[in-house]
Amino acid sequence: MKERVWIKDEGIERGAEKLTPERIEKTINQVLDNEAGSRLKAYVETCAHCGLCSEACHFYLSRDRDPRFSPVGKVKQTIWEMLDKKGKVSTEFMKQAVQVAQTECNMCRRCVQYCPFGIDIAYMMSLVRRISHKLEITPLYIQDTAHSHSATMNQMWVKDDEWIDALHWQEDEMREELPNARIPLEKEGAEIMYSVIGPEPKFRTQLIYQAAAIMNEAGMDWTMPATPGWDNSDMAMYTGDSEMMGRLKRLHFETAARLRVKKIVMGECGHAFRSVYDTGNRVLGWRMPPIPVVHALEFYWDLLNEGKIKVAKLFEEPVTFHDPCNVVRGRGLHEKAREVVRAFCPNFIEMTPNREHNYCCAAGGGVINCGPPFKNSRVESNRVKAEQLQATGVKVCIAPCHNCHGGLEDIIHKYKLDMQLKFLGEIIYDCMEKPNAV
Amino acid sequence: MSDYSAWDWGVGSRTVADLTECDCDVEWREENQASPDGEQVGAVVKTGEGEFSVCVNGSCWEPRYERIWYLRYSPDGRLAGLANDQGDWTMCVDGEQWEESFGFLFNTMFSKDGSVIACCVADSMTYGMVVDGVAWENLYANANNFHLSADGKKSAAVVQTIPLGQAEVFKFKDGIFSVAVDGEAWDVNFVNAWSPRFSADNSSVAAQVRLNLFDYTIVVDGKPWNAIFNQVWEPLFHPKSKSVVAPVRLSGKWGMAQDGKVIWQPSFFQTWQQQFSPSGDKLAAIVCPEYGRWTLAVDGKPWNTTFGDMVMDMTFSPDGKRLAALGKQDGKWTVFADDKPWGGQYDMCFAPVFSPDSKHVAARVEKKGKFTIAVDGKDYGQGFDQCFDPTFSPDGSKVLIRAIADGKYMRIVEPVAKIIG
Ligand code: SF4
Ligand code: SF4
Ligand code: SF4
Repeated sequence: MKERVWIKDEGIERGAEKLTPERIEKTINQVLDNEAGSRLKAYVETCAHCGLCSEACHFYLSRDRDPRFSPVGKVKQTIWEMLDKKGKVSTEFMKQAVQVAQTECNMCRRCVQYCPFGIDIAYMMSLVRRISHKLEITPLYIQDTAHSHSATMNQMWVKDDEWIDALHWQEDEMREELPNARIPLEKEGAEIMYSVIGPEPKFRTQLIYQAAAIMNEAGMDWTMPATPGWDNSDMAMYTGDSEMMGRLKRLHFETAARLRVKKIVMGECGHAFRSVYDTGNRVLGWRMPPIPVVHALEFYWDLLNEGKIKVAKLFEEPVTFHDPCNVVRGRGLHEKAREVVRAFCPNFIEMTPNREHNYCCAAGGGVINCGPPFKNSRVESNRVKAEQLQATGVKVCIAPCHNCHGGLEDIIHKYKLDMQLKFLGEIIYDCMEKPNAV
Repeated sequence: MSDYSAWDWGVGSRTVADLTECDCDVEWREENQASPDGEQVGAVVKTGEGEFSVCVNGSCWEPRYERIWYLRYSPDGRLAGLANDQGDWTMCVDGEQWEESFGFLFNTMFSKDGSVIACCVADSMTYGMVVDGVAWENLYANANNFHLSADGKKSAAVVQTIPLGQAEVFKFKDGIFSVAVDGEAWDVNFVNAWSPRFSADNSSVAAQVRLNLFDYTIVVDGKPWNAIFNQVWEPLFHPKSKSVVAPVRLSGKWGMAQDGKVIWQPSFFQTWQQQFSPSGDKLAAIVCPEYGRWTLAVDGKPWNTTFGDMVMDMTFSPDGKRLAALGKQDGKWTVFADDKPWGGQYDMCFAPVFSPDSKHVAARVEKKGKFTIAVDGKDYGQGFDQCFDPTFSPDGSKVLIRAIADGKYMRIVEPVAKIIG
């Protein structure tokens, strides 16, 4: 077996300097006793150590079946030991546990489908992250992102005016093509609030442009807020800071409620969907989102089926489609996504495995957000993804998730794949009828 | 609010403006806003290539701008929009712009009576507030959570007082945020601060703070409460004293604390948006008494009527004896008052409004794409393409309905008795 590499991260190292055996023990036991409850107990008691989950994990498969990267191996290196020792674990152990839980598991939940008992490894990794948060040994870059969330209510330190400015600017640009188009801000009573993630106003403004063009051409009654609350993303969910997750989601839903919209449509993002549709709403006391949340994939499907967008030209080049875990395993949008892809792309080639069995991009679960120190390890841990992409033989991969884009881009680069990534909205925008364009 | 007894309360309906008419060329008309007294309807209009104005009752403001946005009526009936001309931003009020211009303006706020108009400013990468055209003397590297006191005399925001480089997480944890009042920052910093609020006499400010990554409390004039909580929400001053209440979370459940002491034992899955009755004798909040069920609690005691989707817009009656809010169940909204829901269900409801005598509750409602108002659960007979919030006459016997149908903006005064039959 290859030697295990323990990566130095400033956030973990400097945080660990302040740890004492007492603090570690107390924190672990407090989280395990008060927050974990019966679910953890049931999992620990049921696991038969059969290893059936191993084959599910891209880390394990990409790392020559090294058991330390198997799902159950990750549990062994973290929470089992903590339970076994009743929290009496060393600082060194905790540093390694953070690396395992925060950077070697995407919380993609592929493994849960392979376990005969449905044991959710991702849940156990989230408990480790919660403990790390309380011990202040979260990796530097993702902690910085969580700080941004807390201070600005968005992921990218975007200031209140920068958000509005980005929308004004995109509206101006769009009018060159669609002279009557608008990005209606603060339109009370609109049908839809469109929400995005922090990187969009910062680096990927063309996605706001494309979404706005689709909204305009489809004749939607929509709006965007001119206040914080526009960002649906959530790295606090992935650092174990559930209090901050709640704060972010409260603002997002209250913003939609203030605008009196009937639903929230969100852009092509996986983890944000998990946060608004599953974890964030629930931590606040809502079983379901208080205002319905529609992911872009579902929204496109609705528009197409209601005849609100029409295909003007086909995207002839062969394409494949990457199913993002959070909206496919998490929400079952794979068939709807395929219908939209097929409507625009006649030469659609499935990657194998696909749908709910697709391999994760290795970026999700906040892993890519842990930044440069972990990049090589992350990309090395997803050789199977590269092989899976390559086997399709196509040069265009549609990935309707921001993190997936980041992760796949790195894999394409490292394994020298001749492949280009696209968001589905990009293809729709390019190929749909635009009756109002000049 | 302007003296609304002087408004036209004569029963009847009249068309105030035909929205298809304007004395300037209009390429398109944006969202309509109705003045509080119902006598005006205004909207941003595109008047030419890259040129916008505001059309009020068929007549355009004189100035033209490259962009005008966030057009809103102040409670005293003035119409204000944020306007940009060649990169300079100003506030244009009834067609007259502020003397000064700024790098960027956003988030317009009004004092309760509308006499003060304020907004946020971003100028050369510094941030603060502008009140009636005058910016704070000190601007900050970042500011947010802006707040204007009820009388408009004071303004506050969370401000960043120490510069932060990329990924400086340890510096961040030492605290780089504070609260500034009229631009003057407190001399203490916190990891985070949110939602500054003024006391009734403006002499104190309270805010939520995070002391480290997981200890939360309330701070008043820079001094944190002695108690620490797992989480807190926005503070609120008592209307007649300096006492502060805030929802707090302990051992996974939410309750209420006053001046650092728990007054509602933490027993709820959620507690927020608390309000005092006007005299301050009662405290109510939106609560989640049972996981996934929402209602109101008065002095810590939850109501029986619960909703599964959401509860919002809690409103006390002027006499403080009644309480109403919106509840949503299975995707449909209704108003509930005094622990009883209205019979009707709507696709959307807007914030409930009490009559000055506290006897009636009204709300703007939407059903199947048509808007109207409802009083005490009874819908007004006519549906409109658009409708604004209802206003009761000073004696509570009539209601003012502002609405748009077939391209015409109307002002209707109807006896309450006729609506509730
Ligand atoms: S990365 Fe995915 S498959 Fe691997 S352990 Fe984590 S949740 Fe399971
Ligand atoms: S498949 Fe399930 S039971 Fe088997 S080792 Fe994995 S988690 Fe344990
Ligand atoms: S980034 Fe994409 S593939 Fe990876 S976990 Fe998230 S949704 Fe799944």
